[in-house]
Amino acid sequence: MKPVAAIVFKDIAIEYKNKEAFSSMVLFGLLVVVVFSFAFEGSDRKALAPGMLWVAYSFAGILGLNRSLSMETDNDCLQGLLLSPMSRGDLYLGKVGGNLAFTMLAELVILPFFVILNNLAFDTSLIWIAGITLLGTLGFVAIGTTLSLISAQTRMKEVMLPVLQIPMTFPVILSAVQATSLVMSGDSSGVAFPLSLLGIFSTVYITASYFVFEYIVEE
Amino acid sequence: MRTRILGIASGAGIAVALYFALIYAPTEQTMGVLQRVFYFHLPQAILSYIAAFMVGFGSLMYLATRDLKWDRFAYCNAELGVLFTATTLITGMIWGRLAWNTWWAGDARTNLELILGLLYVGYLMLRGYLPEREKRARLSTVFGFLAVLDVPINYGAIYWWDTQHPKPVLGPRGGGADPDIKLAIYVSLITFTIVYAWLLTKRLGVARIEDEVGELEAAVETA
Repeated sequence: MKPVAAIVFKDIAIEYKNKEAFSSMVLFGLLVVVVFSFAFEGSDRKALAPGMLWVAYSFAGILGLNRSLSMETDNDCLQGLLLSPMSRGDLYLGKVGGNLAFTMLAELVILPFFVILNNLAFDTSLIWIAGITLLGTLGFVAIGTTLSLISAQTRMKEVMLPVLQIPMTFPVILSAVQATSLVMSGDSSGVAFPLSLLGIFSTVYITASYFVFEYIVEE
Repeated sequence: MRTRILGIASGAGIAVALYFALIYAPTEQTMGVLQRVFYFHLPQAILSYIAAFMVGFGSLMYLATRDLKWDRFAYCNAELGVLFTATTLITGMIWGRLAWNTWWAGDARTNLELILGLLYVGYLMLRGYLPEREKRARLSTVFGFLAVLDVPINYGAIYWWDTQHPKPVLGPRGGGADPDIKLAIYVSLITFTIVYAWLLTKRLGVARIEDEVGELEAAVETA
């Protein structure tokens, strides 16, 4: 566990210094929410809100993932990480931890603005939504960390990640939107299935990526 | 030689399948003539999924053996996957427009097919942006393997999503009890499997030559 924690702390320390990923994610996410709230003026906000929230989250998340891995590849920092005595899988888990921390933080900042702009209520359903956000984001970064390192090695880095990430995370977004709309409608009885699907997705992809990660970073 | 036999069998098979689909099979009572689209739609849909498992198999074999042969196998199957998801969606939309009066009913199967097609396109695009041969094989193989794991999860998500929002229009899917219709479906399925095998062997041959040319070019440059 020690090397994993070291990577997470390294990422948090860098992010604390320059705040690049966090600030761009928050700003971009807010812009998406603002644009949507103008575009859907007059329509049934409650029905549209869950989808709007997760589109904002996934766009912001892709931005953060692009930043997080290009940080490692730009100055060949990855070489240094690969030379350090830890397994490739631990490196992956560390990066997932770091990405999860920033993305989650940015999303929790976006959430209250989203509630205000859409005239929703500040009530206990927000705690549920925060929980769904955590599970959904875990699935999103579990596959996103692997895909961003794949796309970082191509000629078209920034374009490649969304092309790979969005169809792959389709079940995550679908389940998260479904769970969010169930919670917002006050009927949380059917929420177990989408949540368990999110859990299955994260488990499958963390396990698979842990083992295939060495094929991605090998030189 | 094998390719040529498969090619001839494909041509003959298509003729037979057309006969079975358009003339031999009786016209379905509720759907009418439109139901005959189904004889082309179903086999293509099945093959578009088989392509996914072939990509996954080729990817796993490449990771295990590091033989470029398996990378080519995965790659050629992904190309066929694009072809077959496209024809499945097109025939499906023709049917949907005439039967349900809508191009896109948002039915679970339709969405699943579209996501599958997008995964294939992503895989091929990734390869396009990786000029170095070995790196291209290694990275796209990892993506191919992860994308195939996504198919069953997508299946779960979309089906559950769909049953939460029942659609009034889950029309008949052909098949049924009529043995003539069933026979026509089997003939068509066998034919399209042969077509698939033919296209695959043909494409594999071209891909092998492409790799040989690449190696020769690299040899010329270093010399």
